[in-house]
Amino acid sequence: MDVQLWTWILVGISFTLYFGIAIWARASSTKDFYIAGGGVSPLANGMATAADWMSAASFISMAGLISFSGYDGSVYLMGWTGGYVLLALLLAPYLRKFGKFTVPDFIGDRYYSNSARTIAIICALIVSFTYVAGQMRGVGIVFSQFLQVDITKGVLIGMAVVLVFAFLGGMKGITYTQVAQYCVLIFAFMVPAIFISIQMTGNPFPQIGMGARVEDGTFLLDKLDELHTQLGFKEYTSGTKSTWDIFAITFALMAGTSGLPHVIVRFFTVPKVKDARKSAGYALLLIAILYTTAPAVSVFARTNLITTVNETAYTDLPDWFKNWENTGLISWTDKNNDGKIQYRNSDAVNGKPVFTEERGKNGERIISNPSTAENELYVDKDIMVLANPEIAQLPNWVIGLVAAGGLAAALSTAAGLLLVISTSVSHDLVKKQLKPNISDKGELLIARISILVAIIVAGFFGIYPPGFVAAVVALAFGLAAASFFPAIVLGIFDKRMNRQGAVTGMIAGISLMLFYMIRFKTGLIGIMDPLPESEWWFGTSPEGFGVIAMLINFILAIVISRLTPAPPENVQQIVEDIRIPSGAGEAQMH
Amino acid sequence: MKNKAKKYWRENLKYLFILLSVWFIVSFGAGILFKDFLNQFKLGGFKLGFWFAQQGSIYVFVILIFIYIHLMNKLDKKYGYAQ
Repeated sequence: MDVQLWTWILVGISFTLYFGIAIWARASSTKDFYIAGGGVSPLANGMATAADWMSAASFISMAGLISFSGYDGSVYLMGWTGGYVLLALLLAPYLRKFGKFTVPDFIGDRYYSNSARTIAIICALIVSFTYVAGQMRGVGIVFSQFLQVDITKGVLIGMAVVLVFAFLGGMKGITYTQVAQYCVLIFAFMVPAIFISIQMTGNPFPQIGMGARVEDGTFLLDKLDELHTQLGFKEYTSGTKSTWDIFAITFALMAGTSGLPHVIVRFFTVPKVKDARKSAGYALLLIAILYTTAPAVSVFARTNLITTVNETAYTDLPDWFKNWENTGLISWTDKNNDGKIQYRNSDAVNGKPVFTEERGKNGERIISNPSTAENELYVDKDIMVLANPEIAQLPNWVIGLVAAGGLAAALSTAAGLLLVISTSVSHDLVKKQLKPNISDKGELLIARISILVAIIVAGFFGIYPPGFVAAVVALAFGLAAASFFPAIVLGIFDKRMNRQGAVTGMIAGISLMLFYMIRFKTGLIGIMDPLPESEWWFGTSPEGFGVIAMLINFILAIVISRLTPAPPENVQQIVEDIRIPSGAGEAQMH
Repeated sequence: MKNKAKKYWRENLKYLFILLSVWFIVSFGAGILFKDFLNQFKLGGFKLGFWFAQQGSIYVFVILIFIYIHLMNKLDKKYGYAQ
């Protein structure tokens, strides 16, 4: 059977499964809708958290990103897993004990103020929207790559699917579909990785294969370092970013991970404090399976790419090269007219390749904007995971499986984010502020309407991605680190922390981060261009700046809280109460 | 009652301090700050600092959370807070 057919079959089966679960797990109350009734088992919650967490970016882009950045890619590996240690130790158990529905709930109650709640809502919306737009785009790309529909149709199909299980089931439907999606995505990620590891090193564990010897007896990593040096790249295992920047980015990603509302809210769904700790453990264990495999995939893919392509005649290249060239994600310009591909450390193209309709004398697609540098090959980073099974010549069903896995990853994350957005509106805004007397049924209706609106907006961004989306997704972590993380941690660990301190800290943190992002990353469209790297403060990239904004948030909050009156007695009582695990009961209705 | 809660909290903080120190040392220490030094040593085909950054730190993170779960369950029992 061909790839196309396998893809349709595997995607079809997995989607049927998701629909079945969505119908079985319909939500009948706001409690079902927001926190799945509060009765999810720790293992199921761990799986759902893992699926929620591992997005299209983790599944499709991360291994490719690491493949092209070597050691520098470690920031994602450590940052996106180490955050769970912070989450498990500093946040999850206490927020579970607090027992409400959302992060703005906690901020609003702990800091006895609706303005604090509103700021938290705004932060949650900014973070979630930047993130979800990227997911919808991911859905569109997978569909268009594998099922040969255009991206717009892909996004529309994705929207419809998310709509069914999020709209009907709320958190309950999402949680149980995510359990299924975790199984699909991890299977889809591991199968090709294991195949390739056996092929290249004879070891079925990619984590070990990555450090094993290849056929000629040298260690794989040594071989790759040598290839890199020969082609003028920095050694794969050393990287190019400064130590401080690596430190800052890793820290910002960790703190951001533990401050992301769609991750935190998962810990409200388990019955007890004990279960919250346990499910954080399961979640990280399940995430670690993918995160320790990804760097191995990167090394295999990188080595395979260089050895297959470099100095090979275009006419001798395998089919996958031409297929991806046809999609526009690979380009080659024969600059020295030898008919062979020279892959070197420089930009082959000015920006992204612009294809003309013509073909060169070897049959390659001609681009109109090659650079003058020696390098002839342009490869889009995102294709590494998708193309890897083809490069390694794995059977067709494996390629179809990867498509189903990529869709599972994108859909599960999008659903979790959309829920946070709708909850922010129906619960934090309408129920808690505008219309406190609303009935449970009315609130549920508003929750469903806002999820519908959120899906449409997200889909719109998926079809017409604003140029800044890609740049901003990575920065969502900086925003979360600069705003929520200090406010929540101080709310638990500093009894003296009051409204004045926390609110000032959050506003300062998020505005500083936004300012830095705009100044150095996105610019103000039409008014101001982003400033160059040489102007960075303390040599900190925008991705790592979250750490500085976070520190300023912490310092301001502590200083100001000490200069202003202590929080009221009943709030101090809340803090003492959340520090003790017993008596959590179920999440309170209110 | 109040005293008991305070003591429980203090022990909890002690655990957090120890576990988070390990968290910091394996990732920011071994994987970033002392990476170049550790890269002189090898673990199979891995340079040690590189291994910590892309593999080792993640394994330690997982182990840390499970140690924490174990310690806290014991602590809850000791103070009668187990549910």
